[in-house]
Amino acid sequence: MNDVYQVMLVAAVALPAAGAALLSVLPIRFAGPTATGFAAAALIPIIVLPFGHDRGWATYAADPPTVSPWAELDLSWVPALHLHFHLGVDGVSYPLVALTGLLTLLCCAYTMWRPPAGGSPRTLLGLLLILEAGILGTFLSLDLILFFLFFEVTLLPMYAVIAGWGGEDRRRAARKFVLYTLFGSVLLLIGVLTVAVHAGTADIVALTGGIGLSKGTQYAAFALFAVAFAVKAPLWPLHSWLPDAHTQAPTVGSVILAGVLLKMGTYGLIRVGVGVTPLGARWAAPLLGILAVAAILAGALICLKQTELKRLIAYSSVGHMGFVLLGIATLTTTGIQAALLGNVAHGLITGLLFFLAGAIKDRAHTGDLADLGGLRETAPRLAGLLGFAAIASLGLPGLAGFWGEAFAVVAAVERGGVLWTILAVLAAIGGALTAAYFLRLLRKVTHGPVGTPVSPAIAGVEWFAWAPLVALTLAVGLVPTLVLAATSLPVEALIR
Amino acid sequence: MSAATYGALIPGVPLLFGLVGLVLKPGEHGPRRLAATIGIAGAFVSLVVTLLLLLFATKPLIAGTQWTRIGDIEVTLGFEAGLAALYIALAVTVVALFVQIYSVDYLHDDPRYAPYAAQISLFTGAMLLVVTSGDLVGMLVGWEVMGACSYLLIGHDRRLPEAPAAAVKAFLVTRVGDVGFLLGIALLAVDAGTTRIGAVLTHDYGHGTLTAALLLILAGVAGKSAQFPLHTWLPDAMAGPTPISALIHAATMVAAGVYVVFRMYPLYEQSPAALAVLGVAAAITILLGALSATAQDDMKRVLAWSTVSQIGYMTGALAVGSPAAALFHLLTHAAFKALLFLAAGAVIHAVGTNYLSRMGGLREHMPITFWSFVVGLGALAGVPPLAGFWSKENVLTAAAHATDGGGPAPVWVAWLVWVAALFAVAITAWYATRLLLCAFFGISRAHGPDGPDWEIGFDDARYTPPHTPHDPPGHMRWPIILLAIPAALLGLAAYAPGFRTALELADPHLGVAVLLPLVLLVLGAGTAWYLWRAVPGVDPAAVLGPVRPFFAAGFRLDDVQDRLVVRPVRQLARLARATDERVVDATVEGTGTGTTWLGELVADMHRIALPWAALIVFAGALLLTVWFGAAS
Repeated sequence: MNDVYQVMLVAAVALPAAGAALLSVLPIRFAGPTATGFAAAALIPIIVLPFGHDRGWATYAADPPTVSPWAELDLSWVPALHLHFHLGVDGVSYPLVALTGLLTLLCCAYTMWRPPAGGSPRTLLGLLLILEAGILGTFLSLDLILFFLFFEVTLLPMYAVIAGWGGEDRRRAARKFVLYTLFGSVLLLIGVLTVAVHAGTADIVALTGGIGLSKGTQYAAFALFAVAFAVKAPLWPLHSWLPDAHTQAPTVGSVILAGVLLKMGTYGLIRVGVGVTPLGARWAAPLLGILAVAAILAGALICLKQTELKRLIAYSSVGHMGFVLLGIATLTTTGIQAALLGNVAHGLITGLLFFLAGAIKDRAHTGDLADLGGLRETAPRLAGLLGFAAIASLGLPGLAGFWGEAFAVVAAVERGGVLWTILAVLAAIGGALTAAYFLRLLRKVTHGPVGTPVSPAIAGVEWFAWAPLVALTLAVGLVPTLVLAATSLPVEALIR
Repeated sequence: MSAATYGALIPGVPLLFGLVGLVLKPGEHGPRRLAATIGIAGAFVSLVVTLLLLLFATKPLIAGTQWTRIGDIEVTLGFEAGLAALYIALAVTVVALFVQIYSVDYLHDDPRYAPYAAQISLFTGAMLLVVTSGDLVGMLVGWEVMGACSYLLIGHDRRLPEAPAAAVKAFLVTRVGDVGFLLGIALLAVDAGTTRIGAVLTHDYGHGTLTAALLLILAGVAGKSAQFPLHTWLPDAMAGPTPISALIHAATMVAAGVYVVFRMYPLYEQSPAALAVLGVAAAITILLGALSATAQDDMKRVLAWSTVSQIGYMTGALAVGSPAAALFHLLTHAAFKALLFLAAGAVIHAVGTNYLSRMGGLREHMPITFWSFVVGLGALAGVPPLAGFWSKENVLTAAAHATDGGGPAPVWVAWLVWVAALFAVAITAWYATRLLLCAFFGISRAHGPDGPDWEIGFDDARYTPPHTPHDPPGHMRWPIILLAIPAALLGLAAYAPGFRTALELADPHLGVAVLLPLVLLVLGAGTAWYLWRAVPGVDPAAVLGPVRPFFAAGFRLDDVQDRLVVRPVRQLARLARATDERVVDATVEGTGTGTTWLGELVADMHRIALPWAALIVFAGALLLTVWFGAAS
């Protein structure tokens, strides 16, 4: 470890973990500041990491390696099992790493001032930090086994967050979440082991491009990966854990779940599915595309009939992740870049939407659309923010949500052929339906006669949590290069 | 910095000011004056920059830089404006400025004025972005932001129960069209590898791709420009405050579709099929709008349907191969329609109702408004020498010429457009005359048969109507007076060589061909006048008899749309939700329950009484013995 960037890589994962450990021994009154402090400290390595990018010697080589991380750390961990502690960051993972760091900080600060009802806030903060460590580890791993380990680390804390601080039906929802995703994890484990055994290594850098794997192995492994990640993302029809989990989870739980946890699925599909088993990906792409479009349409149609605020937003995630998966399924540079952008945009916008939904539910003590109404009269600022988030989420050009969705459609058109053209048309229609249900939501919540009165005051911590998301939604919408800057080379290398 | 770089200020300043305005404190005690200043300043700066570029810069202005690159597709951030685009921008900024000034008084006691003014700024900026963008994606940004702002502004009125529904309808119907728009852009961009308009226009597309892309874009155009069959949102959009109607109808939103076809005309010229579709839609729209306008009782709805019809003239001109005539009519229409709506706002402000059946006799009390209406309606009907006469004449001439063949569009399309446009001249004259007579002549019907207390329909007229109606206060009066000037005189610009070359307009020639529309004009206006004279005080629309409700409902196309689109989608949504809960989720839950049940079964089996257990063990042992015995 003689390189500052290697230290930073470890620090990004270790700081939240250390924070969580420290929380367990500190008195409860120090919990809030400590957790927020560690979450903020974890942002430092995240901010430093991109400076490693410019040392990109490999990036400009004639035949660059398939994965060329800006910063890399490779330690032998369990030599007998060929297990390496291999971390690295590149343009594909970095936006998600940054998003994770930001959302965790916002959630910690929010929890510090607005602890949800349920267990002790100290435990919740600790769990948030463990989640952060697990998620960052997943995004940074360049070793399949390590990837799997981090992937699993996130499972139980999220279970505990839902079961401990959730709504009335929280235990059932949490159980469903954990069992369903555990089922996905089992498949992931089998897939990882299949690849590792056949290729004799679990190093993602070495494996990318499907080197050393026969066609049959790739098909089998991709099928396993695809189902595993489809559960996490989630892809219709493997999504039904999501609405329950979101509806019952506390606000910060929903934000982390929608904001970054789902992204582990789509990221995994890109990095592991498409990267390690490209032949399998090519083989399954049409099916994946069809399911993605089904998710877009089903998600939008179901949203049209939802009567609960958080459940509606949860289902909207199904549709949005459908666009991301459509982008991936096209296996074009355009599509995968659109997917990466869509990932980040969805994290920002849906994070904001869940924060706002939580704020409305806290104030009105109901999330039933029929009981809400007239928000623009009683709480104009809140209504304005909700309107902004909803309009961003329906993919208004100029805001973050547009790029991912529009260019997923463009990528499908680019792919050409009857099937992909039909998919493009259906996805575009899904975009119109998305507008329909968000406008219905706004009409029920902000317009019309006043339902349940809502206090208009917005606390400082709420501004602290929301303002960065609003600003970034606008910024990514206006300057998509913020996310895309370093993605084109790694993505091209990935699908070559 | 080149002049073109300054051009980015034209859309940039209103957009930025709009965003700033949205951050202002909303509510009763918000900073009204500041909000008004920001709103007016945004439009004003844009206007000044446009004027300066129009007067001093060398055209066309082009500046651009790479915005981003997604895969193989390059997206640029570009400004590109020729003279024609600058003229449109001028119309947009002038109307927007007047609307902002007018709104200060019109919404003088509205607690949500601040976001309203900011949304107008955003709306203006978005339209200017469509006009000046050198890139398809930039154009799409403006296009959709405009849709979102129209949604916010149409739904502004809180006391009007139909406003939220009208707002949602406006956004959704245009959004349905935009499905095509996005796909069309995708087709063009994928083939060209860039979304820069300059490159797209010169790219050599295959015939099939081009036709498909252009037809898809037409869907978006039909949505925004309220062309049949996606025009249904426009009459309902009258639920918005009247200045917003002026803004939407005059120079923004509905003009955007026409402008986009104009912008892409080098491609449209190559596709007779796309032009034919455009022409058919235009012909239907012209007549549909005009006939529906004859039967309305709501003054704003008359004007709304007239917009539908007049936009049909523009798309008709495009379809017969004369983008210049379309643009000319767009400009004159912007002037007289803005005038008409702002004047209608003054009437509504004064009498507290939209209904023609409750007006009457306003001529003496509101002379300025009356004369504005005379000018505006005259221009709309095409009375020489008012603005609309010249531009409509241009459209008719272009269509008549195209019937000789040789244009980019098929001859039958030209015939269709020409005949529809001629008929509509008479109908337009008829309903314009009717509107003028019903509102301003005869006796006041403010205290009608149902008693004196008319329900006040619109929040934007939230205001105790004075005992005698009077002309509006200064902030509302001056925009009306100033707009009357171009509404009257802009047509004569066809004689100004600079303007003519800018639009590539043909020389005006007043031959015998002018006679036919003029005869039709006199016929239409004369009939309405005759009906009014024959039975004074009775609405000439009564002559429509049993078809009146049908026309008034816009040929019941709303019902068709409801049957064919809205209800099936609702049904599908219901089905999707039921499937999700009863099939997809039930399978998951069923797996859980099944496993639990299986576990209990096995647990029970472990708890059975000793004799049975012993029996099973022996049976098992026997089975194994037999098995292995047979195997060995």
